[in-house]
Amino acid sequence: MTSTETAPVPAPAADRPVRLAAESVSLAYDDRVVVRDLDLSLTDGSFTAIVGPNGCGKSTLLRALGRLLRPQAGQVLLDGRSIARTPTREVARVLGLLPQTPLAPAGLTVADLVARGRHPHQSWLRQWSREDEAAVAEAMAWTDLGGLADRPVDELSGGQRQRAWISMALAQGTDLLLLDEPTTYLDLSHQIDVLELVTRLHAERGRTVVVVLHDLNLAARYAQRLVAMRDGVLVASGTPHEVLTERLLADVFDLEARVVPDPVAGTPMVVPVRRLPR
Amino acid sequence: MTAGALARTAPPDPGGRPGGRAVSVRVGPASARFRWRSVVVPLVAAAAVVLLGALSLGRGDYPIGLGDVLRTLAGAGTGGQAFVVLELRAPRTVVGALVGLALGLAGALFQTFARNPLASPDVLGITQGASVGAVAAIVLGGGTSTGALLGGLGVPLAALLGALVVGALLFVLAWRAGIDGYRLVLVGIALWSVAQALTDWLLTRAEVYDAAAAYVWITGSLNARTWDQAAPLALSLLVLVPLALAAGRVLGALQFGDDTARGLGVRLAAAQGAVVVVAVLLVATAVAAAGPIAFVALVVPQVAVRLTGGSRPPLLASGLLGAALVVGADLLTRTVLPQALPVGILTAAVGAPYLLWLLVRGRRTTA
Repeated sequence: MTSTETAPVPAPAADRPVRLAAESVSLAYDDRVVVRDLDLSLTDGSFTAIVGPNGCGKSTLLRALGRLLRPQAGQVLLDGRSIARTPTREVARVLGLLPQTPLAPAGLTVADLVARGRHPHQSWLRQWSREDEAAVAEAMAWTDLGGLADRPVDELSGGQRQRAWISMALAQGTDLLLLDEPTTYLDLSHQIDVLELVTRLHAERGRTVVVVLHDLNLAARYAQRLVAMRDGVLVASGTPHEVLTERLLADVFDLEARVVPDPVAGTPMVVPVRRLPR
Repeated sequence: MTAGALARTAPPDPGGRPGGRAVSVRVGPASARFRWRSVVVPLVAAAAVVLLGALSLGRGDYPIGLGDVLRTLAGAGTGGQAFVVLELRAPRTVVGALVGLALGLAGALFQTFARNPLASPDVLGITQGASVGAVAAIVLGGGTSTGALLGGLGVPLAALLGALVVGALLFVLAWRAGIDGYRLVLVGIALWSVAQALTDWLLTRAEVYDAAAAYVWITGSLNARTWDQAAPLALSLLVLVPLALAAGRVLGALQFGDDTARGLGVRLAAAQGAVVVVAVLLVATAVAAAGPIAFVALVVPQVAVRLTGGSRPPLLASGLLGAALVVGADLLTRTVLPQALPVGILTAAVGAPYLLWLLVRGRRTTA
């Protein structure tokens, strides 16, 4: 990895290797085709947000990228190698993922949740190495969870809980991180909190991040690249400025909207007018 | 700086939690982490098994003191004592302890795997499957041609067969590119009903003496056990117990949702299949030896998790507490009660109130 701990200068995307790619991928649950013939490549150190209306297949795509769903056609490549043929454990050391509403067993403490992130690095013999201990302590400190270490996860607030899950993904120590709507059910300030944390993971720790997001304004503010989907098809991909246009909002979201510069970040900001008939 | 301030500014201890401080152990390339309570509880349970077992060996028509029992076990008893203790009484106690161990372990495996404390072999129909086999062998033995076949197998083997058939059905019917916990419980309850109906039907056709014998078997009993039951049970547990304990590491990841578990590098289908197969085999061998002793697999893991703290029933503690419960209940049936009752009656009568007490006074709101 070329990035350093502090303020890396992102190299132009073209110079960086592709870490994760979908090649003419079609995805289906049983007979229902959700994603059709989709191509997408994610370069090292990129921060991509996948956006689109409900049911457009963005979460399904993320599951396929994370090896949770086997494509009906096409393939997903992790570092140039078919992810379906890579052993699960090997994938888990490179790629971490956070499902939309992850399930924590009752009574599990925050410290234990974060520690379970070390699972892919452990074995029968090596159950709790010094590296495990260091990685967990660092992940907890980094996500500011020290004071909550002994609290059961199911007693935390939504924002704290999401922080704990991100901490677990951090302890897993993977270069790639896939997050499925990490801000769902959070109030606005906790949404910002979570996205700031993910942004720091990207900027300071050089993680390659893919996140499915509902909020277009937050997606535009935090992600370097937006991917817009509708009906299982990739409609647009590029910088937030390139993607978030009034035309695209009409095409993808059936939304009449004005796009103005975000007064804080300068990124495009969507101001909805009304829903358009399909 | 005061001690309090020191504690607050100290780096977070990833091991601290209600289950007690964690201790890391590293020897060469090997490393592990455990909490004191998860070591103390199994040790106390093991001591209880030994003590209750020794007391149990002394009870009977020819009472032997605890000291003499221990001397006999150490090989220094008289010939008469050795015969009574080692030949007549030891098999009963050994079967009781091993059956409790197997049921406690199986319950912990099922409950953790299904993320549901209701998922015990009693509820999933496996023990009822054993009952069908056993009752068929008792009632139909010598009657119809299949009955003769089952009768020829003998009751333990027929019970083993019944449990394995239901276990296999459970596995096949619940399997859908992996096993979902809720689906497993629902399929299990359906199988339980079918097995229960079959048992009832067999009992209505039975002669009075056969029905009485079948009823004692269904309750679960340690009466008249010999080394013929104890030896095969011990041999199969010699294989199954290490396998079950080895599953402990993957169970921690399986407790999360399927997506998270796979994200942590678990080969989901293989791991789930292995856990269910080991748990079914544990139950089947236990039930074949002593009948479906009620409630041990359901209650003991829940008691164990409340004693050790933590997020899932501890395997070793569940097994040893199961052994202590069965041996202790058997001792009670033969000392306190006027006549020797089948042990299965007492495991439920003792285990259930204890669980209720823990539920009422515990902080845990859910299982």
